[in-house]
Amino acid sequence: MVNAAIVGVGHTKFGRATDKQLQELAWEAIKEALQDAGITQRDVQFVAVGNTGRWSSDPLPAVVISEYSDLCPAGSIRVEAACASGSAAVRAAYQTVASGQADIALAVGVEKMSESTNLQVVEMIGRAGNFFWEFEQFGLTFPGYYAMYATAYLHRYGAKEEDLAAIAVKNHYYADLNPHAHFHKRITIDDVMKSRYVAWPLKLFDCSPQTDGAAAVVIASEKIARKLTDTPVWIRTQAVATGTSNLSKRSNFLSLDSAVKAAEEAYKRAGVERDKAYKYFDVAEVHDCFTIAEILAYEDLGFVERGQGYALAREGETYKGGRIPVNLDGGLKAKGHPIGATGVSMAAELTKQLRQQNPPERQADIKRGWAIAHNIGGTGHYAYITIYTLDKPPTG
Amino acid sequence: MAQTREQIEQMVNQWLKYVEELMKNEGLPIVPEEKTGDPLWVDVREMRLKYLIPVKRIKKFFDGLCEGKIYATRCPVKGIYYFPPQADCPACMDENLEWVEVKGEGEILTFTKINVKPLSFVHYPDYIVAIARMSEGFNVLCWLSTDKPDEVKPGMKVKLVVKRREPEGFFSYYLEPA
Repeated sequence: MVNAAIVGVGHTKFGRATDKQLQELAWEAIKEALQDAGITQRDVQFVAVGNTGRWSSDPLPAVVISEYSDLCPAGSIRVEAACASGSAAVRAAYQTVASGQADIALAVGVEKMSESTNLQVVEMIGRAGNFFWEFEQFGLTFPGYYAMYATAYLHRYGAKEEDLAAIAVKNHYYADLNPHAHFHKRITIDDVMKSRYVAWPLKLFDCSPQTDGAAAVVIASEKIARKLTDTPVWIRTQAVATGTSNLSKRSNFLSLDSAVKAAEEAYKRAGVERDKAYKYFDVAEVHDCFTIAEILAYEDLGFVERGQGYALAREGETYKGGRIPVNLDGGLKAKGHPIGATGVSMAAELTKQLRQQNPPERQADIKRGWAIAHNIGGTGHYAYITIYTLDKPPTG
Repeated sequence: MAQTREQIEQMVNQWLKYVEELMKNEGLPIVPEEKTGDPLWVDVREMRLKYLIPVKRIKKFFDGLCEGKIYATRCPVKGIYYFPPQADCPACMDENLEWVEVKGEGEILTFTKINVKPLSFVHYPDYIVAIARMSEGFNVLCWLSTDKPDEVKPGMKVKLVVKRREPEGFFSYYLEPA
């Protein structure tokens, strides 16, 4: 294995990009990432595109993007891991470099959701679980799947809908400080509580929006990374796990087994003690497609004991300066969740956090130089945990 | 906002007619986006998707529904239940699974009520989806029908029954308060 690092990042504004096609949006992020890395298209030997698609018209996005961005004839692949497709793209690019098959690879995440109507998107995401047994007959929606985790969690630990709302309040606060975010509006617990139910007990303001956006990162081998930058952000390790497609096959609804498993594996490889995990990281990006998902993430990552995650945001522990700052870019909840772009956006955000390039109000204090990304596809169907560090991995 | 499927279809058809007229008059299917005014090309092609899903190897399950029975499959060697039923036992690398009728007694693990529905479900009133742990040890996910939706909570005893799904009329399975 060759050590690999992120040496360039690019990120579009997230929101409704009704003025841009998929490849135009992707190019915006790719151009910025190439310029940030100080390289050209000719240096890129492999391109991985995270895109879930269906709501957008092009079925071969990797090819369309490669042509538009002048990346041909470098090899390419489009990867799908639902809402973790971006992390899957990072994985494909990272492994191509780590295996020695390329010195420089590009991971792109992009989604154009506004090419279909809102209700069509609700339909298509609802099918992303087990189509035949859970959608076809029972019409589950993406909020519906997570709502079942919320119901079980609130019931088991006596948490309240207001505790879920505290996550939305935090993430809207940070999104307001992030020019790339979909929403720039601070909200209160009351705003969340007054919003209408989407899938009880989840309300509109508990949910991430349908968003368009793109992000890109350049990943280089150690030899090249050293030449390109003084602050490479190393991919220390990435661990993945898969959950059952049928939610009914799960033993409990208080935790995502796949996330627990992937975190356990990542922690083992990086030497992180699970019950003190928060001490190892200066900042975290977690998959808050719904407010309940961020609470589950706190517990699944070992930032707090089981059943206590709901109090963290309310008590300020996941704000900057707290026990562990989480989603200082606004998270999926308020930065927006362009499905395939999200994992790459997390990589770009954590790179900027570790390089200390964010505005001070949303820049974490970087002491140890470690950051963690928790990117979930579907409802714990895919789990991708990635650890990024400023210090070079010991082996290489 | 339109509520029924008919209303939605009517709205869509009206809009498509408008695009058609526009295309004839202006020579292009380009419309301004509702909020931003950004020009959007309206796809001239339309694709209708209706999947054809093979059920040959689990047909017994559907035959059972027509008789008011709900079946799971079970591995005769290891006793593992499969629900939804499947034809292969990956634990034994075999396909000798036996069909067993589900007792139908269970307890709610969790549930939700779907308020914002997928397009193909907008013609139903808001529905409760629940997951119940059955006495055999496996879980079932389906709609829960009850006259007292406010009383539904985790731990509630339920039974699994076969009913027709209206208005379509196909046989399906439902949880009901026991």
